[in-house]
Amino acid sequence: MKSYLLPEFIIERNDYRCIRCEVCVRQCAFEVHRYDEEEDEVFADESKCVGCLRCVTLCPTNALVVRENPTRIPQNYNWTMDYLMDAYKQAETGGVLLTGMGCDRGYPIYWDHIVLDASQVTNPSIDPLREPMELRTYLGAKPDQLEIKSHKGKASLETRLTPQLKLETPILFSAISYGAISYNTCESLARAAHELGTYYNTGEGGLHKNLYKYGKNTICQVASGRFGVHADYLEVAAALEIKIGQGAKPGIGGHLPGEKVTAEISRTRMIPKGTDALSPAPHHDIYSIEDLAQLIYALKEATHWEKPVSVKIAAVHNSAAIASGIVRAGADIVALDGIRGGTGAAPTRIRDNVGIPIELALASVDTRLREEGIRNRASIVIAGGIRNSGDVIKAIALGADAVYLGTAALVAMGCHVCQKCYTGKCNWGIATQDPYLSKRLNPDIGTRRLVNMINGWSHEIKEMLGGMGINAIESLRGNRLRLRGVGLNQKELDILGIRHAGE
Amino acid sequence: MIRIYPREEYCIGCRLCEIHCIAQHSSSKDLIKAFKKERRPSKRVEVEEAGHVSFALQCRHCEEAPCVSACISGAMSKDEKTGVVTNDPQRCIGCWTCILVCPFGAVRRSAVEHKVVAKCDFCPDLEIPACVANCPNEALIMEEI
Repeated sequence: MKSYLLPEFIIERNDYRCIRCEVCVRQCAFEVHRYDEEEDEVFADESKCVGCLRCVTLCPTNALVVRENPTRIPQNYNWTMDYLMDAYKQAETGGVLLTGMGCDRGYPIYWDHIVLDASQVTNPSIDPLREPMELRTYLGAKPDQLEIKSHKGKASLETRLTPQLKLETPILFSAISYGAISYNTCESLARAAHELGTYYNTGEGGLHKNLYKYGKNTICQVASGRFGVHADYLEVAAALEIKIGQGAKPGIGGHLPGEKVTAEISRTRMIPKGTDALSPAPHHDIYSIEDLAQLIYALKEATHWEKPVSVKIAAVHNSAAIASGIVRAGADIVALDGIRGGTGAAPTRIRDNVGIPIELALASVDTRLREEGIRNRASIVIAGGIRNSGDVIKAIALGADAVYLGTAALVAMGCHVCQKCYTGKCNWGIATQDPYLSKRLNPDIGTRRLVNMINGWSHEIKEMLGGMGINAIESLRGNRLRLRGVGLNQKELDILGIRHAGE
Repeated sequence: MIRIYPREEYCIGCRLCEIHCIAQHSSSKDLIKAFKKERRPSKRVEVEEAGHVSFALQCRHCEEAPCVSACISGAMSKDEKTGVVTNDPQRCIGCWTCILVCPFGAVRRSAVEHKVVAKCDFCPDLEIPACVANCPNEALIMEEI
C-alpha cells in the first residue's frame, strides 16, 4: 500500500560546511543519513527522521538544520497536520498509535499563569549568598502533636516519630524503570541522587544488583506487575512506593516488549528472557482503599516499620478524595502524577486525553487534606511537567512537599523529547537497551549533568526564597498568599486557591 | 608522564577523534579547510570497530618503543621527560621500518609529506590533544602516570 505519510521534518545540509565526515551517518539509529561514495554526497531519507537532533548536535561543522516540514494541507483549524497524519498511519496499519514522553497538547500550563511575590521596602529580602538558606526537606508522616518531657533540665522527645526521608533539596528523580531506560541512565540517576543527598525511584523494573550500593538514595517501586520485587529489594530501599497509576497513562498498565528484555533485565525483573513484561492495569489485590491499606501495612511490616511508604496515583478527576483515602490507608507520602507526566510508551490517545493538569490536582489534594485535618499525616510529592526551578517553587507554595523530576532529568542527560522512546532506538542512549546505543550515555557525564542542573535549580530556589524574605523552604510550603494568578478565570483561581495579580 | 587511554565501554564510534585529529594536523587547523581545500593530512588516531565494541587507538608511546630502536635514521625519538614518542620529519627517510615494527599499527605514511611517517604527537600546540578534547562521551582520557 502506498503510504500517504509525509516526512515530519526537513533536513537541510549546508554543502559548504559539510565535510562528509559521516558522523551523522554513524549516529542516526533511524538510518536517515547515507553517504554515497560515487557522488561524494551525504543523502538523507527524511521520512525516517524523528527530530531528535543527535546529528545536528554532533555535526562538527554545524552543517545541519532539522526543521519542521512546512508542507501543510489548506489551513484547517479542525484537521491539523498531526491529526491528519495519525489518521493515515492508522488507516495504513490498523493499530493503536504509540508514543513516548508526556502529553504535548496545548492544555493550559498553570505554572506559566502563576507569579511569585517578592519583598519591597516593608519586609526585607534576604541575600542567600550572605545568610544561611534552608532547603532541607523531610518526607513522611508528621505527628499530630509532639510530647516533650523534661528531666533534670534536659528535654527529650517522647513522641515516637515515623520514618522520614531526608532531602537536601526538595527535588527527587521520578520513577523510570530499568527496561524503559538503559542501565547507564539508571546508574547516572542513582549516583546523582547520592551526590545530591536526595532520592531516585527505580520504577517498576526492579533494581540491578550493581546499584544496591546506592540503596540509601533509592525509592523502590512495587507496581501491579511486581517485577523484581523480593525481600532484598525491599530491604535495600530507603523508601517504598506502591504505583497505582502514571500521569501519562492513567487507568492502563505497562508493556515492555520482549525484545527489550535482555539477560540483565530478565534477571532484574525476574522474568524469562525475551518475554513481554506486562503490567496489569490494576493491582489485582487492590480493589479498594482497604485493600491498599493491606499492602501498605504488609510492606511496612516486611521492612520492620523502618521505611516510609509512598502511594503514587495519576492525577484524575477525583484525586482529592482518592488522596484522602490513601492517607487514611496509612501512606506516608502521596505522589501525584499529572497529565504532562512522561512515559517510555503509551497509547497516544490515552497520553493526550486522560488525566488532569498537576497544578489543579495538587491544589485540590492539598486543600482537601487540610480541610480534613490530615495534611500532616502524609507528604505530597508531585510529578508531571516540572521544567525549571520556577515550577518547583510554585509547586511548593501551592502545597507540595517536594517534586519528582522525570522528563527534566532525562533532558539534563541529553534527551531532546522527540517522543520516540517506544521504538527502543533512542539516539541519545537513554531509552534503549541496544548496546551500541546505550554506550552513548557515559554515566560519569550523566551524573555530572544531573548534579549541575539540580545544584543550579537549588541556587535559584534560594534566590527566589530570599527575594520573598524567607530563609527556609518550610516557610513557603503551602503559603499560597505568595502566589498570584495572571490571566486565569475565577474558577481556576478558586481551585488553585490563589488570588489574581493586583488583588 | 602523560598517556591517553581509550574507554571502550563509552566509545560510540562517531570518529570525531579522527576528524579533529586530521584538522589539528592540517596547516589551517580548520575543519572545513582541512577537509575541502587542503591536502588532507593522515589521521593519527583510528577507531577500531566490531559490532557495538569500538575504541580509538593511537600511538601508545611505549615504554620500550620498538619504532625508536628500529629507526635507522634517528628520526624517531622518545622524550625522556614526557615519554612522548615523536618523529622528526627532517630526519625521516621513509624506510617504513617503524610501520613494520609497531605492534599497534599506530604509525602511518604521511598523506601530505613525501616519504615521512605520521603518528600521534600528543598535539604539542594544544593543552589537551584534539582527540581527547573533542570526544563527546569522554571515551578518551588523558592521565598522568
